[in-house]
Parts: sequence; structure tokens; C-alpha cells
Amino acid sequence: MADLRTNLAGINSPNPFWLASAPPTNSGYQIMKAFDAGWGGAVWKTLGVPVVNVSSRYGAVNYRDKRMVGFNNIELITDRPLKDNLREISEVKKRFPDHAVIASLMVETKEEWHQIVRDVENAGADGIELNFGCPHGMCERGMGSAVGQEPKVLQMIVEWVKEVAKVPVITKLTPNISDITRPARAARAGGSDAISLINTIQSIVGVDIDQFVPYPIVDGKSTNGGYCGPAVKPIALNMVKNCAQHPDVNLPISGIGGVENWRDAVEFILLGATSVQVCTAVMHFGFGIIRDLKSGLERYMDEKGFATLDDFRGKALPNVKHWEDLNLKYKVTASINESKCIGCQLCYTACEDGAHQAIALSSDPANRIPSIIDENCVGCNLCSLVCPVEDCITMERRDDGTEHLTWGERTAAGNIPKGFNDELAGGLHHWVPEPAEALVKKKPRHYKG
Amino acid sequence: MSEYKKPTTEAEFAANFHPKKPLMSDTEAYYESSRCLYCYDAPCINACPTGIDIPLFIRQINDGNKEGAAKTIYESNWFGHACGNVCPTEELCEGACVYNNSDVKPIEIGRLQAHATDQVIRSKKKLFRTGKDTGKTVAVIGAGPAGISAACELRMLGHAVDVYEAKAQPSGLCVYGVAPYKLTNEEAVEEVAYLQDQFGFNLHYNKPVSGRADFENLEEVYDAIFIGIGLGGTSTLGIPGEDKKGVMGALEFVEVLRNKHHATPVGKKVIVLGGGNTAMDAASESCRMGAESVIIAYRRGPEEMGAYSFEFDLAKKSGAKALFNVTPVEVLGNGSVTGVKFIRNRSANGKLEPIASSEFVEPCDMVLLGTGQGKQVELLKEVSGLALDQKGRIVVNEHFQTTNTKYFTAGDAMNGGVEVVNAAAEAKKAAHGIHSFLKGK
Repeated sequence: MADLRTNLAGINSPNPFWLASAPPTNSGYQIMKAFDAGWGGAVWKTLGVPVVNVSSRYGAVNYRDKRMVGFNNIELITDRPLKDNLREISEVKKRFPDHAVIASLMVETKEEWHQIVRDVENAGADGIELNFGCPHGMCERGMGSAVGQEPKVLQMIVEWVKEVAKVPVITKLTPNISDITRPARAARAGGSDAISLINTIQSIVGVDIDQFVPYPIVDGKSTNGGYCGPAVKPIALNMVKNCAQHPDVNLPISGIGGVENWRDAVEFILLGATSVQVCTAVMHFGFGIIRDLKSGLERYMDEKGFATLDDFRGKALPNVKHWEDLNLKYKVTASINESKCIGCQLCYTACEDGAHQAIALSSDPANRIPSIIDENCVGCNLCSLVCPVEDCITMERRDDGTEHLTWGERTAAGNIPKGFNDELAGGLHHWVPEPAEALVKKKPRHYKG
Repeated sequence: MSEYKKPTTEAEFAANFHPKKPLMSDTEAYYESSRCLYCYDAPCINACPTGIDIPLFIRQINDGNKEGAAKTIYESNWFGHACGNVCPTEELCEGACVYNNSDVKPIEIGRLQAHATDQVIRSKKKLFRTGKDTGKTVAVIGAGPAGISAACELRMLGHAVDVYEAKAQPSGLCVYGVAPYKLTNEEAVEEVAYLQDQFGFNLHYNKPVSGRADFENLEEVYDAIFIGIGLGGTSTLGIPGEDKKGVMGALEFVEVLRNKHHATPVGKKVIVLGGGNTAMDAASESCRMGAESVIIAYRRGPEEMGAYSFEFDLAKKSGAKALFNVTPVEVLGNGSVTGVKFIRNRSANGKLEPIASSEFVEPCDMVLLGTGQGKQVELLKEVSGLALDQKGRIVVNEHFQTTNTKYFTAGDAMNGGVEVVNAAAEAKKAAHGIHSFLKGK
């Protein structure tokens, strides 16, 4: 049976699933409920000088009937007095001594940092997370992402904290920056014990097209918010990978961004994360999703023969290369499984209009199963991605695997196109229809005009 | 045994005749429209006689443009709402949905179509502008699906239109002949009112065109005439006893039912003769009216029935039983019907052959003839030079022009009796035929 116990820079938890610092960790009530449900840790809603929040705080991106594939908020840090939060931290730790309680902090002056670090440690926090990520409201006052975007300031504050901190310190990074490894390296230079990423992405989630105001609307006006939810996972994975691969970062990572199920968590761990933090999925479905997260992760580990999380942490990292190190001799083309094809022809129109005109339709209108024109297929995957039937279109390897040549090697050998009309152009001998053929191509009868 | 209790109030009638395809709520329409794959050259479009761009209107429902959806539907089919309810979608668009190929429930296209059109009918939103006045006038005979569809399209083309309807209400079989659990009279009438308000054709009720003089008058006044008279009453069987009390045409029964609801007299033991869709409707309806037993009697085997299988299934689900390979030879009774004498038969080389001494009597107190509608041959003979084929259908060219060049036609009178959607499709084309004819004048 898989062992899910997690140790991030000395912070122990029964499993790698932590609640991120956010509305689900606003109170001891919620965190006790979460631990009782099975969550391994919780990062307390950011503590500091309490704020005043606005009414109307969230906005969402829906995709057809799927709600909240993207989520955005303009809520600030805690609006509750520090003493109430500290008392509740103590109560939670007393009741759940083996679970990880991490205090997220955001204050301004060195004195405030020193004071609040001592306060939360005295309350029993197992670790501290520095909120250098919040991209709305707090940053306008010189905190949150305003710090995360200035590596020097970030490093200085980490140093302040480390002057007094006895528990491990995690620095939470903002993605609103072009190179995530710069603040990550600054965190390390300042003495941070770990990093967590990503915080939310500065965003406008949508616009009310009748009132001409972006969401969420506060008395006819709005402001940019922080974007999260399933839609941001790819951005988070890439940034986690960048930090995990960079030799000068070399810190344990708590991965955050769009984690909703065990598979998401496995992906973060494969790219180097030690724990994962979850918020939007809980705000959508409640603490109960932990049952699926744990059982899915356990099943995966048992199936793969991984006894502990360390057995597969970072296992995908060696396979993330620079583009110029990819094998140009590798060839796949699409293959349609006719017995599975339902005849929607989405692959045809996607390839025809959006790719390389490598799918043909039968001349018999009764036969709706398309066919791949092998010589035109560049192996882009698009058809297999739009196909609504699982495993109906597969990409099959066509090269024999004996050749290996990368762009880097070609560059070194001087064997790359240099001029605009170079004979070495990759698409030079690739078939492309004549432009005017577009106008005589047979159209479906309902295409007007 | 029928599971339905005889309805004695309007509420009980409504419960027994609960819509087969109830109107979708906004939420249901949103979730259902989300499932559409937006196929290329979608099979549902190609299966629709009017060629509605179904994936487009479903996408429009999904992205909050229901008026656009309704416009997409009406552009192809002026009876968009009625068709959403009464079309045999299982055999047409929904039957062609590619989801059927992966054992996923097909998209409920008919209900989505009714949902989108219902919104504009209720808001009375005008979606179309009629064409520039051509100064030409067209008479349309019959306010059924063919006649109204032709009238709308002719108005789009700028011609003035007068519609002459023999009955007191429009919409033809949609009001008088469709099962009440498919479409209510109110829905059918409201759609025609919506169209009339938008297109401004004149509707004259209780104005039958019934003889040579009537036709000649129309010819004098109008530049062209469209015949949309559909079919006539139920054909007789030609067996003894057919005139007994308690014997009536299935279609005539539906007409009474549509307008009298629970006050419609129905027998305790009903025999429906025939294997077509109207016979199935009459059987389902008799069950819902609380008949104790309903028997569908058909001369051949189940596989040869003209009815769609889903209509037969619905009749069986409603409580009807079926008797196959039996031919009625006599309706028995003393004044009122007491039973039907049948003879069993077998089919040999595609022909029916009675089995000697196999007669039996099935007792009943009502017989509904689902034996098909007759053609209005006698009336059509009054139009000079109008050719009919051997089956009594009006002969047309590819422009839906009859052999009397001033007359055009579409719908059941021309095709012999198909679906509302076929009438809508043909009438639209016929209007363009008329347009070409008038332009050439």
C-alpha cells in the first residue's frame, strides 16, 4: 500500500494534499473540517493587518456546461483580527497535531514581520508561507506581487523573516513575471527553505456586455483580479518545471494551480513538486474531493510500484528538453480506427481548415469515415485532439527509430535554413493546394454565400 | 388492459396526454446544447427535408443567441416550432446524429428547435423583413403547413398573398390531425399568428374553394395560385357493416379529440384497423382516453407496417395490443358495432392469401379506420388542365408547377401524404417556382 506521507523542508503531513491559502482556510472551523475529511495540510488564509473587503468578489470562466474552468477573485488577505486567527491555529494544532498548519503572512515593515513570525510560531504553526503573490489590492500597497516582482525586495524580506523564524519558511511566488526562476533564486539567496507556486495570474475574467463592466462588478465598477482554477494548470506546471530544473533554485516545491484531481497532483509531483495545494476545486466541490484525490493517488502509486512519493518525484523532468534537443527524425502520422469512428468529421474540418489538408472524405456520401492522406500528414496531433471518441484516432510511429538528429546538431553542422527562400525549408516539398482551389472545393449544402 | 383512466376533466385529459416532447427549460436547453459536437457537413442537416443548419442553431442556443437560433430555423423551415414537436425526429435528424454510432443518446434536436422558436413566438420578435412589393398577387388554397409555408416565402419575395382556408382555424393537420401529446392547438395556432403578424399575408377562414366557379374566380383575380389542400377524409374499406354506428375514420377521430378533448366519445373495446402512423396515433389516443382494450389489427406482419417503429412502440406502451396477419371481412352489429369478423391470412410471394376456415370474431364497440386518407380527386378535377397521376396526386415539374401553368402545389396533395416537414420544404421551393413564373410574366 502506497505511503502518502510528505515532508516538505521539514514540514510533515500525512499526505501531500494541502489547502492553499484562500477562502477555504479562512477559519479554524473550515480547517478542522478539512482535516477531519482527510486533508494533509492547510495554509492559513494570509494573516496581516486585517483588511476590508468589497462585496461581489469572484468571477468565473465557464466552458459550455462546465462551470468554473477558470476562476478569479478580488478578495484580499484576512479581514479577521490576528488574535482570533492565532487562537484558532492553536486549537487546530491541539486537535490535529500530525497535520501541517502553515501560516501565510503578509505585512510591511521589518518589525511587523518579526512580530507576526513569532506570533504564529507561538500559536503552533508548523511552517510559514510568505505571500509575495497576491496580484490585486495588496500589491497596490507595496505588498503581495509587488514584492514577488522585485527579486531584491523579495530577498530582503525573506532575510528579515529568517532572522527570527524557527520553523521552515516557504516563499510563495507570483506568476506575473517573465522569468519565474529569478524570484525563486532570490528566495533561495534569502534563505528560504522552500518555494510554493503559482499564486494567481492577474486577470480580467470577462466583461458584462450589457453594463460594459468587467466581472466581478462592485457598484458598476470592477478591477483586475487573480486567475486560478483548472485553466491555469498548464502555466503552473511549466513554472514548477522551470524552478525544479534550475540548478540555482534547488528548493523543495509546493505546487499550486488548477489541481482538481489525483492526476493533476501526479503531474505536479512528476515535474518536481513535493506537496500540492488546492483551492478552486474545494471552493467548487467542497472538502469531500479529498477522498478521490487520495484514493486515485494511492491506486496510481500501487499500480506503478511506487512505495513513497519520493519514488516518482521529478520523474518527468529529464524528459523536458529544449526544443532544439528534440529528434527531428521522429515521425508520427494519424491513424483512424474505422470501427470506432462515429462519422462526425471534426478531424476532417480541423485538418482541412486548421492544419495541413491531410484528411480526405469518401466520394460516397453514405460513408462518413474520413481517411488520412499519409503523405500530407505532418503528425501534428490536431485530429486526435478534436476526435470525440477515445482512442479512435491514434498517432502511429512511422520512422524506424534508428535515426536521431536535433536542431541543435543541425545548427552545429551548419545544416539549417538561413535565407528566406532556403532549399532547406522544412515545408519546401510539403504539398499545399493552390489558393484558388479553395473556391471550387465542394461545400456542405447549408454553407451559405 | 390500458393503464389510463378515462379522463373526465380537462386536467385529467392533460395528464393522460402529457406532451411526448415537453418544452425545454433554459437550463435543460443549455445543458443539452452543450453536448452537440458541431459535426462537419452534419448528418442531421442532411437528414432534415428542410435542411435546417442544426449544429449552428444549437450553438446559437448555447452561446445565448436564441433569436439567432430561431432565425436559423425559420430561414429553412417556416413551420419550425410545429416541426420541432411533430417531426419523426427519431427517423430524421436525431436518427442521423453521430452519437447513435457510439451508443450515446442523440441530441434532442426537436426539443431544442421547439425551445428556440417558442422564445420568439412568445416575445413576438420579428426576425424577417418582407420583400419589396412586386405588385403581384397570389392566392393560396389551404392554411396548412404547405399553404402557410408558401405564403411566408412568397411574402419574403414581395408578392401579396391571400390564404383561403375551409376551416375555422389554420395549421391544417397540426390542429386537426396530429396527436395531442405532440402539439397543442394553441401552439400550432400561435405559430401561424406569429408568422402572419410578421409577413402580413391575409388569412380568410371558413372560405372553402369548392368548385369550378371558385377556381375561375381566383384565376381572374390572382397572378398565380398555390394549392395546399392536403388530402381528404379516411378511405373506406369496402366491407359489409362499415356504416354501423361506432365505426369512424381514425383521422376524423383525432380531429374530434383535438377539439373536444375529454368529451370525445370513446368505446370500451376499440379495434383500430391499419398499420400506419395514423392508426398508431388512434390506438395510443384510445388508450389515453381510457378504453379498456385497444387492438391494432393489421393485414400483414409487424415488419411490413407503414408506421415508424417508435410510433408502434408508443401505442404498445400506452396499452394497445396488436393482431397481425388478419383481414377484416365484416363489421358486425345491430345498428351499433358489436365486433369485427376477421380472416387470418398468410403471405405467399408477397401476396396475401386467406387461410380457409380461419375466420374469427373480435368483439368491440368502436372501430377506427386507419386505412389512409383519400385524395381530393373530385375537387381537383374542377381545375382545368390539372393532371393527376394514377394515385390521384397532382403532377408537377421541378418548380412545383402543375400542368395548368398558373397553379403550383406542394404538400400532401402532391406527395400523397408525408410529414409536415416535407410540406414545409416543398412549399418553400414552390414559392420560388411561383416567383420565377411571375418574374417571367
